[in-house]
Amino acid sequence: MTWYIIRRVLQLIPVFIGATLLVYFLVFSLPGDPTAAICGERGCTPGVEAALREQYNLDQPFWVQYFLFLKGVLTFDLGVNFAGREISTIIAEVFPTTARLAIMALVFEAVFGILFGLIAGLRKGKIFDSTVLVVSLVVIAVPIFVLGFLMQFLVGVKLGWASPTVSGAAPFSELILPAVVLGLVSFAYVLRLTRTSIIENVNADYVRTATAKGLSRRRVVTVHILRNSMIPVITFLGADLGTLMGGAIVTEGIFNVNGVGNTLYRAVLNGEAPVVVAIVTVLILIFVIANLVVDLLYAWLDPRIRYA
Amino acid sequence: MPEMENTPKRGVPSKRPAYPTEHFVADAEETPVAATDSATTDDAPRSQWSEAWRNLRRQPLFILSGILILAVIFVALFPGIFTNEPPNENCLLINSGAGPAPGHPLGFTQQGCDVLSRVVYGTQSSLMVGMFATLGVLLIGGTIGAIAGFYGGWIDAILARLGDIFFALPLILGAIVVVQLPFFRENRSVWTLVVILVTFGWPQIARITRASVISVRNADFVTAARSLGVSRFSALLKHVIPNALAPVIVITTISLGTFIVAESTLSFLGIGLPPDVMSWGNDIFSAEPTVRTNPMPLFWPALALSLTVLSFIMLGDALRDALDPKARKR
Repeated sequence: MTWYIIRRVLQLIPVFIGATLLVYFLVFSLPGDPTAAICGERGCTPGVEAALREQYNLDQPFWVQYFLFLKGVLTFDLGVNFAGREISTIIAEVFPTTARLAIMALVFEAVFGILFGLIAGLRKGKIFDSTVLVVSLVVIAVPIFVLGFLMQFLVGVKLGWASPTVSGAAPFSELILPAVVLGLVSFAYVLRLTRTSIIENVNADYVRTATAKGLSRRRVVTVHILRNSMIPVITFLGADLGTLMGGAIVTEGIFNVNGVGNTLYRAVLNGEAPVVVAIVTVLILIFVIANLVVDLLYAWLDPRIRYA
Repeated sequence: MPEMENTPKRGVPSKRPAYPTEHFVADAEETPVAATDSATTDDAPRSQWSEAWRNLRRQPLFILSGILILAVIFVALFPGIFTNEPPNENCLLINSGAGPAPGHPLGFTQQGCDVLSRVVYGTQSSLMVGMFATLGVLLIGGTIGAIAGFYGGWIDAILARLGDIFFALPLILGAIVVVQLPFFRENRSVWTLVVILVTFGWPQIARITRASVISVRNADFVTAARSLGVSRFSALLKHVIPNALAPVIVITTISLGTFIVAESTLSFLGIGLPPDVMSWGNDIFSAEPTVRTNPMPLFWPALALSLTVLSFIMLGDALRDALDPKARKR
């Protein structure tokens, strides 16, 4: 197991470097000046332009630029945005809100997805199963911003059960509605995945053995069927944490959450390339680490994998 | 009905008995002709595709989604049939946000344009982005996945790492990064959007294709073809790929819906298609500021979008059921 962990961690490094290199290359090497947005319509004077190019290392060869950037990432020094604020300070400010939002969404989709999927899978073909399947299809098909507006309008404005927008402090109670919207699509996927997995396992030999041994139905379902069905679901959930953090852009926009997604979106609209690259790098890091944790969890749940 | 409980729940007998070829000897006069033939004709093996087609035709999900998709394609090709109103002319601010009127069954947008006409004419670009992105992803991802899976070794290792790198950037996130670049800002069109979506969308198809090719490449019929002197490359083309296609087709169908959603999400953020291109995403974006007072201009394009995406997802589901022999047995 130790060797497996070491191997997986080492495999993570080239992926991280490759992905950041890709983003860095796209942003700073394609035609067009990434710092042009600072000076607006009128453009910079040559002196200012040269100073800016020096500040963002654009006067260096590409590889030097990238290594300086990588060094900055490793020392938590991500440079400054166009207004002169430290990017790492900005990220540290908004990160906790998005993390809370994503984790709440993850808990929502995991608890309800697995619960509904389990019931549907155990009652395959019954009315609950069919209803849940149709509803999950609709949830997957309707884009998240439509779902967001719908929920905001119905639950937030018409019924008044929850606050339609989130204040700066982003307390737990105000984040419930955005978290549900954010987790809704993945909830449908978790549900369907659990259901399929349960159906595959219900007729397995070890389930029959467990029943034949005289174990209670509850024990067979929770310990034997559910645990063995969780492997694909856990893979999905782990990979989803990264997607949720990045995918929060739309949800945060609708509910006015001051999080990573909103900051990224503002940076995109303002053409602040250094901020975009910094935030995306943090998101890539989270995504890659979440996948690593999933792989390790996977190997722990199913020992066959680490010997493959 | 208590009698029903005696019937077996699983393995419900179909019209044909499970073991049709019983070997028995009986007097010639008593033997029905069919029983003397040890091989009955209706047991001739069907190809995977004709079997799938037979299954599909009986599925209401397939028929429903098929009709919906054909209808959407028809609307995209001939928008003029469905509305008399040109989408961007006759926009009068006096009609701004007004409800349904004679000749305008869905009301007006904030700019006073006819909603129905905009939804009808928006079909084309939304569908085009979805179709061309899917086509591109299938070509690039399919080729890379097939090569990686079939040849294995260091080729596989390099291509798989390359896929991992792109995979670390989720589709929307990657698209947002690229769309904001000055280069793409100045050249926004359906085609640049397709290029961006393909760039970040191919690893998924590559992964599926690779796994599917690996599961087929060592099958007996491939070995047989190779030992008959078929070259590696044409064995890949003629024997491996046709047999590894089923899961790829399923994911491709579903991803068509995903790309349509991605287009509308980017347009909704204001960084997708340029504003002068009519698309559902752009219409949703422009109806967004007034959604609380006048939700209908947002509702109709959203409905069209959701129905289209839903029908592609349903089609993918139906195809999965028909093509996956594991699912069929249950």
